[in-house]
Amino acid sequence: MSAADTKAVGPPVPVPPDPQPTGKSSSDGDAPRVQKRKRKKGELLPYFLILPAIVAIAAVYLYPLGKTVVMSFQDMGRRELWSGEPAPWVGFEQFTNILGDSEFWWVTFRTVVFMAICVTLTMGIGLLVALLMRKLSTWVRLVLTVALIAAWSMPLMVAASIFRFMADSDYGLINTLIAKVVGEDWLGHNWYLNPIQGFGIITLLVVWGAIPFVVVTLYAALTQVPQELEEAAALDGASAYGIYKFVTWPVIKPVFTMVATLSVIWDFNVFGQIWLLRGNKPEPEYETLGLYSYSKAFESTSFSQGTAIALITVVLLSGVAVYYLRQLMKTGEVE
Amino acid sequence: MSSTTKTQALRPDRKKSRLHLDILGLGIAVVMIFPVYWLVISSLRPNREIRSYNQTLWPTSITFDNFARAVDQPNFTTAIQSSLIVAVTAVVGGMIIATLAALAIGRFRFFGRKPLLLIMILVQMLPPTAMLIPIYAQLNAMGGIDEYWGLIVVYLVATLPFATIMIRGFVVNIPVELEESAMVDGLTRFGAFRKVVFPLLAPGLAAASIFALVNAWNEYLFAYILINDNSKYTLNVWLMTFTTERGTDYGALMAASTMIALPVVIFFMIIQKKMAAGLTSGAVKG
Repeated sequence: MSAADTKAVGPPVPVPPDPQPTGKSSSDGDAPRVQKRKRKKGELLPYFLILPAIVAIAAVYLYPLGKTVVMSFQDMGRRELWSGEPAPWVGFEQFTNILGDSEFWWVTFRTVVFMAICVTLTMGIGLLVALLMRKLSTWVRLVLTVALIAAWSMPLMVAASIFRFMADSDYGLINTLIAKVVGEDWLGHNWYLNPIQGFGIITLLVVWGAIPFVVVTLYAALTQVPQELEEAAALDGASAYGIYKFVTWPVIKPVFTMVATLSVIWDFNVFGQIWLLRGNKPEPEYETLGLYSYSKAFESTSFSQGTAIALITVVLLSGVAVYYLRQLMKTGEVE
Repeated sequence: MSSTTKTQALRPDRKKSRLHLDILGLGIAVVMIFPVYWLVISSLRPNREIRSYNQTLWPTSITFDNFARAVDQPNFTTAIQSSLIVAVTAVVGGMIIATLAALAIGRFRFFGRKPLLLIMILVQMLPPTAMLIPIYAQLNAMGGIDEYWGLIVVYLVATLPFATIMIRGFVVNIPVELEESAMVDGLTRFGAFRKVVFPLLAPGLAAASIFALVNAWNEYLFAYILINDNSKYTLNVWLMTFTTERGTDYGALMAASTMIALPVVIFFMIIQKKMAAGLTSGAVKG
């Protein structure tokens, strides 16, 4: 009893975030032997094995990223694209134009606010549902899991079509339901005339689509929380919140942090949900950084403006990405 | 001892609170599945109910008219064909390259191994437009617009990072001793891989390929930008043809969406357990 006691209030129990046993220890133990054998014959073998992957990733990720940088300092428009003429160098002109444009700052502000709302809702609801799942009867948990997987498996294109239909001004279910409560005035209400309402629908779609991943991952982490510790804490008179704060939370914290960081990156890059709900041509009030870059490149055919905005986005996100990597390294995921 | 009496005393109270929680859990399940229900039910109800200001939660009758209209929409069969060609080729190619890389990362300690893993995780976080514009420009210069191969290359590489990380997770779980004893018994390194490692790796490969297949099947943005030829549209781009200036044929759109989502749902049910595990380490989204 006393041992459990000290543990309950002691330092968090380190638990690998990977719900699957990875057999890390055995591979670590084998490492020196593998190395020795490798020394003897074919030190180059691993390099041959990874060569195709490196070439492919370099061709489709790293080269375009480099080209994004190069194009940002040029002025590539429709003429240069089709004639193949080299685009003229313009130095920092694209960046000074963009950063001097108040629209860019509005778009950035909108992107950050939208991301913050989506991440807060997703992580908050996701954590509550994951905690709830532990307390459910087995059959209810099964029903909820099936519902989550069904929602998760909807292709984005399909999910966007469903939400577009539900929020349709004429034939949408949402208007019908609201009209039943509030009055006939709501029939024919166009949700997208007011960007705040429009973003409400978009947020619904984003959060609905992201919750299954968050719940399934956090629930997997929660199954790692030792039950004896929670029971011991309960016996010692800890409140439900106290148990959560000192026993449950420390165990799931690394996973929660990683999922939250990923959500920040994904929701910052939200593109499809807005693009599809606004019929492939979002109005300027609906542009986030991704769409702003897209419309500059493909609607205004100023490809260099588009890449410069994309590059700024990459720089803005790199801090979050580095934080995510450090978390991964800390938990020993990259070993 | 005291604990048992205490829990007994608590039991009636607990049961009651569990009932409340169960109702809450069912409520959440209803909310989560409702859009899926609405998709299926709308695809099956008559068009007069869809084109109505008074949407009802239950259909009055069931019809397959919407499916008939969806199938009759131009380019339906070519879209299935395009989606299959592009997704399957990309996944097969991607799996071969990813397995090789996963073996190297999982079995050998070599210089550059960790940076390679980090790069694989990092590239998945790049915003799509940062890739889309230069890839479009490059493919345009190479004559890859409107060609399947352009899309195949993009999808193939898009599957690589998470597939490599996921398969690597399975590789490290196969004891090296198995391989070594096979080699002691006279098999070559390749023979040991083919006869010992590969069979053990097969379930992991299957899960990774299904996941990659679903991702390629669902992709729409690159397909929309890189393919302009109607007869080469993939299914997702073909879905956009249900919306014209005269409005959207929601009944047919819902029917077509149901057909596209159905294989994905089935595949998801098969791999959902493995996916949750692979996702936390692979940093990819479904």
